[in-house]
Amino acid sequence: MDRTNIKQKYEVVSNRKLSSDLYEMTLSGDTSMIAKPGQFINITIPNHFLKRPISIADWDDEKMVIIYRIAGKGTKWLSLLTSGDKLECLSGLGNGFTVENNRRLIIGGGAGVPPLYGLAKRMVTAGIKPIVILGFRNADEIFYLAEFKALSDEVYVATDDGSFGQKGTVCDLLTVRGLTDIPYYACGPLAMLKSVCHISQTNGQLSLEERMGCGFGACMGCSIKTKNGPKRICKEGPVLSSEELLWDVI
Amino acid sequence: MGCDLRVNLGKIKLDNPVIPASGTFGFGYEFADFYDLDILGSIAIKGTTLNARFGNPTPRIAECDRGMINAVGLQNPGVEKVLEEELPKLKQVFHKPIIANIAGSSFADYIACAVAFDKAEMVGILEINISCPNVSKGGLSFGSDPQTVKELTQKIKQAVKKPVFMKLSPNVTDIVAIAKACEEGGADGISLINTLLGARFDLRTGKPIVHNIMGGFSGPAIKPVALRMVYQVYEAVSLPIIGIGGISEAEDVIEMMYAGASAVEIGAANCTDPFACKKILDDLPELCRRLGIGSLKSIIGKAHQ
Repeated sequence: MDRTNIKQKYEVVSNRKLSSDLYEMTLSGDTSMIAKPGQFINITIPNHFLKRPISIADWDDEKMVIIYRIAGKGTKWLSLLTSGDKLECLSGLGNGFTVENNRRLIIGGGAGVPPLYGLAKRMVTAGIKPIVILGFRNADEIFYLAEFKALSDEVYVATDDGSFGQKGTVCDLLTVRGLTDIPYYACGPLAMLKSVCHISQTNGQLSLEERMGCGFGACMGCSIKTKNGPKRICKEGPVLSSEELLWDVI
Repeated sequence: MGCDLRVNLGKIKLDNPVIPASGTFGFGYEFADFYDLDILGSIAIKGTTLNARFGNPTPRIAECDRGMINAVGLQNPGVEKVLEEELPKLKQVFHKPIIANIAGSSFADYIACAVAFDKAEMVGILEINISCPNVSKGGLSFGSDPQTVKELTQKIKQAVKKPVFMKLSPNVTDIVAIAKACEEGGADGISLINTLLGARFDLRTGKPIVHNIMGGFSGPAIKPVALRMVYQVYEAVSLPIIGIGGISEAEDVIEMMYAGASAVEIGAANCTDPFACKKILDDLPELCRRLGIGSLKSIIGKAHQ
């Protein structure tokens, strides 16, 4: 695959706070390397050796949206950028989700929700009506609810403290709504993914997270064991099938 | 007239001294998506062991100031699969002799792996990673004891025909003693340095960031250590040296060659920029012109003159 244009410069169009520690940034530039929802970019941060991998929430021919959590100094720096600032990134990394006709259910938790928005949009474009299950810690942490509702009549929210929607986890919602037999897509904390896998009677495409070195398959820094041999989260992932995961070694 | 970038590693002639280092370039072919690999002097492939290894559990990576720690743990599919599956893919996109990087946990493993690569047509140099723990000696690194290094070098040399370069660990008391042991054992060259042992701890949890607790520290931060060791080893032995450690731009190549390196390997820089080696090669001719360097061969060991 030709990846000669993997390195791109983007201009910040907007950068706004979504919740206590989540920000949404819109970038303009060459998005031709992005082929699928669930792919990510790896952002160069000044005076930091490694880049910061951030999933792509949505994109079109000229722009993309990323949603990121402030986790340390690098992402803090990102949150301070304003319109007109420039970013250098490696673009269109990872395999991403594959839209499939019989796969209608989307399950997202917290900072794992963003790539599922781009996925939901592409499902709708493909004529598939997604059922969306979102989990957050509390009502203040909820974001993109209106955006998801614009794409689907079936959007359900769970919060840990019950301050919005169903009290409990996404798994509680899946049980209450009787959705455990629908093939799904999921992204969220590892504990959530694991619970979803166990409660579901069918399979899912799961987007996993791992500490990365290069982000494009060179260093093997993010490899995990699967039933199909070692897989690099940055290259063969981040989206893996629930059927190939070995939960006891993750 | 442009600068003559050609260099020699003993009998092996390179078009230029720029070589991606083992472990940061996979088996090479994936970088053909980014640029024409034939611009490189050679490629040091991912460290290979006799049997397949998954390596360490994640997290395997920790960021550092001007560098990174990796504890990948020699993930590789084993020499047989490398020869059958990986090298044929590389052969389609790279048409020069490669450097086979070999690791092991016993003399027998090293020798069997070296013998297997010795038969591979596209392998030009066997590079022996002696930073690995020696299982038969309680896990102490092969590379930390001169007698063991000499013995390992001799045994590998007796078993193979291709040039053998010993890749030294910097985590030793006296790098010169190790380098001399390589020379006495009959090595054809020396690669140095491998990564420095390091560790990072999470501020919130107080726990190690990488699962393995310790890992190999690499990146621009270690360049002065590498330069110092290459300088010392150049003084002490008469073997060609591949200088490794923190090289990320053309200036670093020149500096490393002044210290005594005949060629260089670029490691961590490939992880932060897939085009790092290409950029160095793009910049080298102009830098040589500015510094009045007509031939790279002429600057090897200039710091010692």
